[in-house]
Amino acid sequence: MAVKKIKLPTKLKAFSTSLIMLWVLAACIPGLVALTVFFGWGSIINIIWLGIWALLFESMVLVFRKRPLGFYLKDYSALVTAVLLGLCIPPSSPWWLSLTGIFFAIVIAKHLYGGLGQNLFNPAMVAYAVLLIAFPLEMTNWTIPLGIEQEIDAYTGATALDLFRNERGAMLVNEFWSQHSAFGTLSGIGWEWVNGGFLLGGLVLLYKRIIGWQIPVAMLGSLLLMSALFYDGGSSASGGSPFMHLFGGGTMLGAFFIATDPVTASTTPKGRLIYGALIGIVTYIIRVWGAYPDGIAFAVLLGNFTAPFIDYYTQPTPSQHA
Amino acid sequence: MNKNLTSISKQALWQNNPALVQLLGLCPLLAVSASVVNALGLALATTMVLIFSNLIVSLIRHQVTDAIRLPVFVLIIASFVTCAELLMQAYAYSLYLSIGIFIPLIVTNCAILGRAVTFAVKNSPLISAFDGLMMGLGFSSILILLGALRELFGTGKLFANMDILLPMASNWEITILPNYSGFLFALLPPGAFLFMGMLLALKNFIDKQLADSITKHQNAQQMASRFAKDMS
Repeated sequence: MAVKKIKLPTKLKAFSTSLIMLWVLAACIPGLVALTVFFGWGSIINIIWLGIWALLFESMVLVFRKRPLGFYLKDYSALVTAVLLGLCIPPSSPWWLSLTGIFFAIVIAKHLYGGLGQNLFNPAMVAYAVLLIAFPLEMTNWTIPLGIEQEIDAYTGATALDLFRNERGAMLVNEFWSQHSAFGTLSGIGWEWVNGGFLLGGLVLLYKRIIGWQIPVAMLGSLLLMSALFYDGGSSASGGSPFMHLFGGGTMLGAFFIATDPVTASTTPKGRLIYGALIGIVTYIIRVWGAYPDGIAFAVLLGNFTAPFIDYYTQPTPSQHA
Repeated sequence: MNKNLTSISKQALWQNNPALVQLLGLCPLLAVSASVVNALGLALATTMVLIFSNLIVSLIRHQVTDAIRLPVFVLIIASFVTCAELLMQAYAYSLYLSIGIFIPLIVTNCAILGRAVTFAVKNSPLISAFDGLMMGLGFSSILILLGALRELFGTGKLFANMDILLPMASNWEITILPNYSGFLFALLPPGAFLFMGMLLALKNFIDKQLADSITKHQNAQQMASRFAKDMS
């Protein structure tokens, strides 16, 4: 039976999955440029390597699962996963590290759960968490950014967030910052620009209405609130300045590109506010009182856990719709 | 009688495997399976407890009333677990140091209480002991397989430190993957869950293949008999 395709007048503008994914890819560019300028070509090489393997693994699993190859490859979701993972892992990562990561992302986190739309957890973040647990040494050694005077001839070192966690002891924040050139002016040399780039890309996604405002606003808002509450005037017990938290580590990438993943995030408007706030708070807790320098990945995974539960309790009633 | 023993073995080792099908005793199974030697140590202790607790429970099954059977069974199991723990302290102290915390937990392993309540109370002592042995082997095989998989993926070696359990096994260590930098994930709890999930999937896959081939065979037979009928 042939059904005539009609365009519903109520439907304003529909994005296909592939168009959304392409916009997400495009929005990553400013952040990627900043990463490349400050940390070298590593991220771009990683992304190409990850992209190739993502497509290979995706095709392999699709063949095993007897799914149409072209249809699923054309939604670019595997490429988005590869790019997001490539932006998260250190630019100096060895080839086998990224290969292990993308295997976990595509085969285990995505397809073993049923493929795009069925996966409970963000594939890129699952891969990141697996890598961080499995190879802690390689994953916490970040390339040293351009413009830092080196005492010794080193290529990799701790990131600003890492330094702040592990080396500070009981120093005052200002005292510690003035001793280490890695902190720059706001949140660490290079990191300010990288996060700025992702913020720019995220604003484009917001403007194009590819992502909703609730998750990024709630996540950044709660992170700001937490870091302002526990800044403590820069005392020796301070958790670090709000600027360091908002523009340090993977905050902006997490807020606009990862927490907003339509498959694994909460779907109701109220739920998204709760979900974003939860991720922001957990990120801060892990950064300041936890065992890892950055907590975005674990916070997003915990958020993914709770998303169905949040959705269940925040279903809008019909009167709210009207 | 003989057929009965075969069906007990088949049930315990495959169709009703405590680790793969009943999913009982997963806590020690997942926690202790980071290497072959740890897995083997727990496997021996669990199997021993299963055999003896089944035997004793079956011997006193007519004397114990329903009202008090659970505490009595747990007491019996706990006594044998204590024996296993003391034996391990006496003969394999370094193994005890590495998995000792999980030995008392065997008491709470539902696979053991489950066999006592569902099998040993209804069967004669020798059959019950045999069931305990087979269930123990079913559990042990999965435990050791998981231990081997995790040790191989985690460190690239197999049978490392076997001498803490078997004194003659000091040079059993085999390096399967030389220059392997190690995959810590496999040795940590998430790796245990992942590999256990893979084993479950493999078991279900094999069962499905078997079932498919049986139905195919039956269909072919039906076709043949129908064809024969039509011809006559």
